Amino acid sequence: MSHIEIRDVSLVYDTPAGQVPGVQGVSLDMRESEFLCLLGPSGCGKSTLLNIVAGFLTPTSGEIRIGGKAVNGHGTDRGVVFQDFAQLFPWRTALGNVAFGLEMKGIPKEERDEIAFNQLKLVKLEKFVKSYPHHLSGGMQQRVAIARALAYNPSVLLMDEPFAALDAMTRDAMQRLLADVWRETRKTIIYVTHNVAEAVYLADRVIVMTPHPGKVKAEVVIDLPRPRDPLSVEFLDCQKQLLAHLGETHQVS
Amino acid sequence: MRDGVPAISAAGLPAPERWIGRGENARWRVIARTAFPFLVLAAIWEIVARLEVFPRRLFPTLEEVASAFVRLTLSGILPHHAFDTLVRLTAGFAIAAIAGVIIGILMGRFRRAEDIFLPLVSIAAPIPGLAYAPLFLLWFGLGNFPAILLVAFVSAFPVIFNTWTGVKAVKEIWVRSAQAMGADNPKLFRHVILPGALPYILTGLRLGLAQAWRVLVGVEMLAAVPWGLGWMIFGAREFLNTDVMLSGIVVIAMIGLALEKLVFEKLENYTVVRWGMMS
Amino acid sequence: MTGSSDRVRSIRRATVTILVAALCYEAIARSGYFPAVLVPTIPKIAAALWRSLLDGTMLIHAGFTLYRVLFGFSLAIVFGVPLGIMMARYRPVQNFVLPLASALMPVPSLAWVPIFILWFGLGNTVSILVVFYAATFPILLNTWSGVRSVNPLWLRAAGAMGADENSLFWKVIIPGASPFIITGMRQAFLRAWIAVVGAEMIAASDWGLGWTIFDAKEFLNADVMIAALVVIGCIGFLFERLVFGSLEKATVMRWGMVKAVKS
Ligand SMILES: Nc1ncnc2c1ncn2[C@@H]1O[C@H](COP(=O)(O)OP(=O)(O)O)[C@@H](O)[C@H]1O
Ligand SMILES: [Mg+2]
Repeated sequence: MSHIEIRDVSLVYDTPAGQVPGVQGVSLDMRESEFLCLLGPSGCGKSTLLNIVAGFLTPTSGEIRIGGKAVNGHGTDRGVVFQDFAQLFPWRTALGNVAFGLEMKGIPKEERDEIAFNQLKLVKLEKFVKSYPHHLSGGMQQRVAIARALAYNPSVLLMDEPFAALDAMTRDAMQRLLADVWRETRKTIIYVTHNVAEAVYLADRVIVMTPHPGKVKAEVVIDLPRPRDPLSVEFLDCQKQLLAHLGETHQVS
Repeated sequence: MRDGVPAISAAGLPAPERWIGRGENARWRVIARTAFPFLVLAAIWEIVARLEVFPRRLFPTLEEVASAFVRLTLSGILPHHAFDTLVRLTAGFAIAAIAGVIIGILMGRFRRAEDIFLPLVSIAAPIPGLAYAPLFLLWFGLGNFPAILLVAFVSAFPVIFNTWTGVKAVKEIWVRSAQAMGADNPKLFRHVILPGALPYILTGLRLGLAQAWRVLVGVEMLAAVPWGLGWMIFGAREFLNTDVMLSGIVVIAMIGLALEKLVFEKLENYTVVRWGMMS
Repeated sequence: MTGSSDRVRSIRRATVTILVAALCYEAIARSGYFPAVLVPTIPKIAAALWRSLLDGTMLIHAGFTLYRVLFGFSLAIVFGVPLGIMMARYRPVQNFVLPLASALMPVPSLAWVPIFILWFGLGNTVSILVVFYAATFPILLNTWSGVRSVNPLWLRAAGAMGADENSLFWKVIIPGASPFIITGMRQAFLRAWIAVVGAEMIAASDWGLGWTIFDAKEFLNADVMIAALVVIGCIGFLFERLVFGSLEKATVMRWGMVKAVKS
């Protein structure tokens, strides 16, 4: 049975200027522990779709099921990581941020601090447990955000361009780290990006989306062995294939 | 934010932190540098007083002011006035802080509350607080009650406006993250909305307290309260006791400075500054 | 950006709220529970306002108040802006002025009224000086931090393009510091407006809006008091929105240096 089922989901934004289509008629199935990338130019509805799956937006039509249960609003079966570094709570230390979800569950302090510490170790931040977010670099803040989303053990991780605002070197390191984290935790991940190489490096499967209205254009399975070598011929082939799909959607702009 | 008037502590009156780790020498230099302008001012004052540009009674020498200050302090009169003023300030400001934060949060979180309060607050706020004083005196008589009520009324506006703005400015991304981690509404409020809006709320409280302080001195003159620094200064005018009036102003300056430095700087350093939400 | 439908909605809601509040007040005033002189009905207030506008007394009061506040406020600008700039540019000036400013600022301007009365007698001088005292500090300190916050990159860029000291000052430092200076003037006006009303009450001087209110108290003329309150509120609002609002729009908002007017 598939872990996530997205059935014919559409969303229309109601704005003062009129109706803006966000996504249109998207259907997808994901198996347990799959790493899926949503790829497309900016403005094509990737974030909209992710926010629908997260439960922050209600689709105008269509349905989403996770583990067989219909999604209705946000829930602790999903963890979310945004692009904005400001997603961390500035009034809490790194540990306090990671422990937040556990605190909401009512887990006693010692236990949740221990779990949070282990999560920070997973993202190699055990030395910065007591730091407040404004003392951490952008990459470190995003690692805290990942640890935070994992700490209360959701089965699905939703990530909206989490590394897009980082410099290229940090981004490469973060991608390797995320691949490791995924190998260890085996979460089902939906990862939004507009970066082709990132999609090929991380994904089991890439969904290419078209803008205006946001639709699924193509689906590409990346069948390369891990850890992947971005300089290999096969890797570049996959990139070319995705770029070709994107190019067709991009002709207008 | 924070009144737009920048915190002076960094470069003005030397904050204690800046002394730590420096030699005795540097410390004395800072003290001397800070004292110098006051000495110059005192010298000018003394010259004007002794030249009798104004009649001596109206422009006493510093020695006379100092002796009035000591006399009034030792006899307990000045402390009594100051105490009553502080009680009024605390009472009025406490009411304003509690009511203001609650109203501001309601306005920020609930559309309906915003619809009701915003027009009323926007109409009442632009009228300078003291202009309400005669109306309050007419309605509630002279004395303590209208004075405290007026201070509360006037200082509530900055608290309301800033709390409201702060709650609205809480980042959507924080709310979403917290919800994704399973925070229900009460928890969301306590762990996200309140700390997220805190920089604004503190600014509002600071502005409110400053406002309360400015209005209170005037109110005490108008409301004919038996004790209070404003009343002391005003009453001394009848007998041309300029030395008493100046002593009162010295105490007013000290209290005002203490409110700013001791109360709010501490509170801010402990919270929003530590969190990097305000530098 | 709020959409136009949002705007219409909020105006409608505001109207409803104000009408309901006015009705409540009217009901209390007519209930006879409070003496009618203390809680006049709205028509009586309107009549008092209309009468005083027609016979010109309210206008004369407003004229006196405006004269005092604008005089003191202009003095504060003439004194505060140059001094603030000098503080930011010359270290000794800063070292001298800052301690004095931080000691004097916490003293409410109204505390000086009785002393000024003794020194200068009743009359315009007291009010103008009190306004000056109230308005100077916000202008001074905002100008000071505005000049200090001018981006050094702009100075370097202008220098590299051949700007001399003079044009550096007028073309870079002043415009760069202007968001702060305008904010300072705005706050200064708010304080000046409070100060002038208080000073007029305490240093009773026959004319002025503050004096009207205080004088009306003696004769239990609550309708005149509230009418004067309305005029005070309107003038304050007008200055805040029209004068400073458009000043801000014409300069720093057009340059994108502040995003929106903080109300
Ligand atoms: N809150 C909103 N209100 C109106 N339109 C929106 C809103 N959010 C997104 N859109 C529109 O929906 C489309 C998809 O946006 P988004 O999902 O953010 O794209 P992406 O994440 O792929 O860059 C865009 O055309 C955008 O302008
Ligand atoms: Mg997006």
